[in-house]
Amino acid sequence: MNITIDVKDINSTVEVQVKGEIDAYTAPKLRESLFPLSEQANVSMVVDLTEVSYMDSTGLGVFVGLFKSVRAHNGEFKLIGLSERLRRLFDITGLADIIDIKSHAEGGLE
Amino acid sequence: MEFKDNLEGKYREALSSFLKDQTEQALYQGQKISRKTMENRVSPEEIISMHKSILMEVCPGDPQKILDSFDFLMEVMMGYGIAYREHQSLRHQQQELKSEIELAANVQHTLLETKIPDVKVMDIGAISVPARQMSGDYYHFVQDENQNIGVAIADVIGKGIPAALCMSMIKYAMDSLPENRHAPSSVLESLNRVVEQNVDPSMFITMFYGLYNPDSHVFSYAAAGHEPGFYYEASTDTMSDLDAKGLLLGVEKKTRYRQYEKQVEPGDMIILLSDGVTECRTSEGFIERETLMQFIRNNLHLGAQEIVNNIFKQLEKMQHFELRDDFTLIILKRDV
Repeated sequence: MNITIDVKDINSTVEVQVKGEIDAYTAPKLRESLFPLSEQANVSMVVDLTEVSYMDSTGLGVFVGLFKSVRAHNGEFKLIGLSERLRRLFDITGLADIIDIKSHAEGGLE
Repeated sequence: MEFKDNLEGKYREALSSFLKDQTEQALYQGQKISRKTMENRVSPEEIISMHKSILMEVCPGDPQKILDSFDFLMEVMMGYGIAYREHQSLRHQQQELKSEIELAANVQHTLLETKIPDVKVMDIGAISVPARQMSGDYYHFVQDENQNIGVAIADVIGKGIPAALCMSMIKYAMDSLPENRHAPSSVLESLNRVVEQNVDPSMFITMFYGLYNPDSHVFSYAAAGHEPGFYYEASTDTMSDLDAKGLLLGVEKKTRYRQYEKQVEPGDMIILLSDGVTECRTSEGFIERETLMQFIRNNLHLGAQEIVNNIFKQLEKMQHFELRDDFTLIILKRDV
């Protein structure tokens, strides 16, 4: 039930590293820490999920919400470091076609 | 007040007995009094005050300082008394809420109730179990005037009461679709617009909609971000994913959904599920789709309703009888 969220916010470039599990209990925390950041004009937000061990559909809801919010503020939103299981979740839901995502093999934050 | 007089008598008795020879029996009396006082909402400071006056009665020669110390103790205990009364009132409120949620769950159950159609050509089984009191899963059967069987299975992203409320809206949106618009792709396109306009932007719905034509035995279907079901082909005895791609409902207003078709032969089976089924977590990890396929395979010889019941029991057991997510499984089997 644990999650840690590291945020680097430099001139509307937001780099986020999430560790742990994203489920109904931790999703509100994720939403609260990232939503205000997504509302900056022309924000560029990259969320690294390399160390996320579990995510259920509630987590998906948070990312779709963030994606829409960033887009509404003319920004860019990207998810990186997705495990095969997470990648599948985005594929099934059709979100992989509209959100910029990269899996493990394609590299994460430096 | 009768209780309090009675209490004083009992307390005096137990305390005198204890001061006389410190028996376990007297201590036990003390415990009994403690329970009684809680039942009758006597505050801690009242007990100390009673203790003090009884002590003065039974040992009149006690040093004044000890008696004074009880006044101090009473002050200290006052906070506990307040906390205790708050606790009592919260407990009461909690019980009220609980029974209101129970009522709401019943209402939801009635609202979303659906009847498995009784048709000659098909054996249909369905099970849906919420993880908490109210479910964010939903399934529904309709039969139109041409005897086509429509089947919907949906899962709200999000759990608990908000998800449940959202589901009721979907059900009404579906009921108000025109009779002639039951083609799966257009059902999803209509619902997508409803969800996009009316639901909180961080709430989404995955849905699978299928339509079975009992004359041609063609099953047409479309999906919006829903966990793929399975298809069992009797002639080759193989099982495959019932793939259908499409975006979640409520993300993009103008989403188009692709419609797929499948010719269903005697003995073939269509298996639909919510992601609660494959997201089941056991102590060893997740339940893989292969495991689930094997479960279905082991139960192939049974009737559709027995199969879904058995699989639920097996998955529940693997998770030590604790559901983390709502769970829905539907099987449509063409009779041989």
